[in-house]
Amino acid sequence: MITKKETVAMLLAGGQGSRLHLLTQRIAKPAVPFGGKYRIIDFPLSNCINSGIDTVGVLTQYQPLALNEYIGNGQPWDMDRTYGGVMTLPPYQGQQRADWYKGTANAIYQNLQFIDRYDPEYVVILSGDHIYKMDYAEMIEAHKKTGAACTIAVFDVPLEEASRFGIMTTDESMRITEFAEKPKEPKSTKASMGVYVFSRDKLAAYLEADEKTENSSNDFGKNIIPAMLNAGEKLYAFRFEGYWKDVGTIDSLWESNMDLLGERPVLNLKDREWRILSRNDAMPPHYVGQGAVINNSIVTEGCEIYGTVINSVLSAGVIVEAGAVVRDSVILGNVTVKADATVDYSVIDSDTVIGKGASVGKEMASSKGITLLGGSLNVPDGVSVPDAVICDNNMLTELSAK
Amino acid sequence: MNAVGIIFSSINEKSVYELTKQRTMASVPFGCRYRLIDFALSNMVNSDITHVGIITHYNYQSLMDHIDTGKDWDLARRHGGVKILPPYITAFANNSNYLYSTRLEALISIRDFIADCKEDVVVLSDCDTVCNLDLSAMVEQHIASGADITLGVKSSYVAQDTTRAITIVNSDDNGKVTEVVDYSGMRDGFEDVYIRVLCIGKKYLEELITDAMAHGYTSFTKDILIRNYQRHDCRVFKFDGYLATIRSMTDYFRCSMDMLDPEIRRSIFGVRNRPVFTKVRNSSPASYTDGAIVRNSLIADGCVIQGTVENSILFRGVKVGKNTHIKNSIIMQDTITGENVYLNCVVTDKNVVIRDGRVLSGHETRPFFIDKGSNV
Repeated sequence: MITKKETVAMLLAGGQGSRLHLLTQRIAKPAVPFGGKYRIIDFPLSNCINSGIDTVGVLTQYQPLALNEYIGNGQPWDMDRTYGGVMTLPPYQGQQRADWYKGTANAIYQNLQFIDRYDPEYVVILSGDHIYKMDYAEMIEAHKKTGAACTIAVFDVPLEEASRFGIMTTDESMRITEFAEKPKEPKSTKASMGVYVFSRDKLAAYLEADEKTENSSNDFGKNIIPAMLNAGEKLYAFRFEGYWKDVGTIDSLWESNMDLLGERPVLNLKDREWRILSRNDAMPPHYVGQGAVINNSIVTEGCEIYGTVINSVLSAGVIVEAGAVVRDSVILGNVTVKADATVDYSVIDSDTVIGKGASVGKEMASSKGITLLGGSLNVPDGVSVPDAVICDNNMLTELSAK
Repeated sequence: MNAVGIIFSSINEKSVYELTKQRTMASVPFGCRYRLIDFALSNMVNSDITHVGIITHYNYQSLMDHIDTGKDWDLARRHGGVKILPPYITAFANNSNYLYSTRLEALISIRDFIADCKEDVVVLSDCDTVCNLDLSAMVEQHIASGADITLGVKSSYVAQDTTRAITIVNSDDNGKVTEVVDYSGMRDGFEDVYIRVLCIGKKYLEELITDAMAHGYTSFTKDILIRNYQRHDCRVFKFDGYLATIRSMTDYFRCSMDMLDPEIRRSIFGVRNRPVFTKVRNSSPASYTDGAIVRNSLIADGCVIQGTVENSILFRGVKVGKNTHIKNSIIMQDTITGENVYLNCVVTDKNVVIRDGRVLSGHETRPFFIDKGSNV
C-alpha cells in the first residue's frame, strides 16, 4: 500500500559537473564534498525534509556509485520511510525503449510512473548543484495561492552576471511574462534557481507533449518553460532571499566554502532550526596539538592539527603536521599535509598526501588562480605544484621529474 | 557471532553522583562526543554481537534518547538489535515486587529475555569502563576452552590506599581461575583486576539464575564468583589495552584527560575496523575565529572558539567567548562562556552558561563541577 503524498520532490542528480574537473572524475557533482562534512546533495535533501517533503526521487546517471552509497536508505535525512522516503532512480530498460536520460525534462518524463504512485498534487523539481537553505513549503504555499501551473524560484543577481542565468521578466504580481535562457541583454535580474513547483497534471501534460516534439532538447529551461509560456499558462516567480550559490566551478566551490568562515558567516550552518543533515562516519573529535595555530577556519571530526591553518575549510580526517601551513584552502577528507609543507589558495581532493616541505599553490595575494590537486595523489617531498593549475597524476610525475 | 550482549547501565552510579544525578552511568558524557555506553556497545557491535539488551534502573530517559532505535550502532534490526530492558515491576504488590539493586537481581528480573535468546553465549558488561576490547576474541576463547565462565581481567597496579571496590582474579598458567577475592588493601602491586566483562554459556547462566533464586543470592560477584568460583570452570581472558574505570569525579577527570595522550587516543579511537560509534547529532564543523588560540585539546563539532583553550575537552556546541581562557577543563555540550572568563580544572555539565568575567578554578584532584543547566 502506498499512501498519497501532497508533494513529491524530484532531484536531478545525474549531471557530470565537468567544470569541477578532477573532483567529478569519479563521482557525480551532487556527491562533491562541501563545508567540511557535507556533500552538495545534503542541501536539497535537508531542505526537503525541513520543508516537510519526505518523498524524494533522486535521478542519477553519471558515476552514481558514490552517490547511491551516500544516499543509501536515506536514514541520515530521516527518509528511511515505510511509505515514501528517498529513492534513487537510474535510467532503466523499458518494454519499448531503453534510454539514457536525454535531458532534465526527459529524466522526469521517464519516471512519471514513480510520481503517479504517490498521487501528488504538486511536484517539486530540484537540482543537486546548489548550496542554499530554502523552505520549499513557503514556495508551495505561494503556488497554491496563485493557482499557478508552475512556480519558479528566482534570485536577484547583479545585472552584469545576469547573462549567465535563466532570466525571468515578471509583472507586478510576479507573474512571469517572459523567460530568456542566458540572455545577452538581460531585461531583469531575476535569475532562475532551478527550483520549480509544478501542479502535477500540468507537469505530466507538458512532459508528454515535449516528448512528442522532435528536436527538443528535453530541458526544463529550454523547452518546457517556454512551451508553457507560449500556451498562456500561469507561471509565477517566487523570490528567494537568502544565501544561494551555484557551485559548478572550482572558483565558486571555493568561494562558497569560504562563505562559512568568519564570526558571522554569510552561510550559517549552525542554525538549529534549519539543520543540514549528512551521513557521518564514526570519527573521534579533532585534536589540536601544542604549537598549532588555527585562525578563521573550520575544522571537523577526525582531524589532527599540529601546524598552521588559516582561512581554510578542513574535512574529516585531515592531518596537518608540525610546521606545515594551510592557507586560504579547501581540504577534502583524509588529506595529510606533512611537516613543513605549505598549501596556499588551493582545493585538495580527498586521500592525497602532500610530502615534507612540498608546496601547493601560491600565496593568494600573488597567485594567478586556484590550484586544484586531485585525489589519492602522493606529492613527493619538496615538490612544488604551481598556482592556477589542475594537477593530476601525470602532471605530478612531470613536476617530480624536474 | 553466536552471542548476545547484556549491558548494565546503572552500575556504580553513586560513585559519580554529580554526573548521574539526572542520568544513568551509561549516559554519562565522555570524550567530546560520546557517552560511556558507546564504548561497551561499540565493542559488541565491532565483534558482531548484534543482539544487545541494556538493563536500566532509574533515570533512563537520557539513555533512551541516546540509544533511540539503535541505528547509529547499526542495531536497528528486525532480528536482534538493541533492546532497552526497563525495571520489571508488576502491578501486583508482593514480596518479589521491588526494584533490583544488583546485577544478579537484574538478571533474575530479565530471565524471560534471556530465555528467549537464541544465542549460546551471553556477554555481560558494565559500562563504567572505557576501552576498545575485542570481544570476539574473548568469546572464541570462551568457546574453545569449554569454560563455564570467562572473566575479563587486566593487570593493573593496585595501591594499598585504594578505596574503591576491586575484584582480583588469580589464575594458573592455563588461565584457570584459582581464586576470586575482593581487594582487601593488604598489599601494593600488580594484580589481575576483574574488568566486569564476562562470557557465560546461556544455559549455564539460566541455571545460575534459578539456583540464585533458590538460595536467595543477591550478588553475582560475591555469591557466584567469590564464594563459589571453585564450583564452575572459570577462566580468565587477559586484556592488555588501555582501560579507564570511572568511579569518581577525580577518575572521570583523569580518564578524560587521558584522551589528550596520542597513544591512548589511538588505542581507543584509532583501532582499525573497530570504530567507536555514537549518536549522530549533525553539528556543523567547529569554527575558529581570528583570535582563537587552541593547544593540546580535543574539540567536537559545533564549537565556536573565539578565545583560548588549553589542555581541555570541548563537547559539541560549546562556545568560547573572546578573551576567555579555558585551561585543564571539561566543557560539556552546549555550554556557553562569555567574554573574559577564566576556567581552570572545571567540569561543566550540559547547557551551562558562564557569564562575562567569571573566574572559576578547581584542582586536578578536586575538579570544580557545575551542574547541568546552571547559570554562573
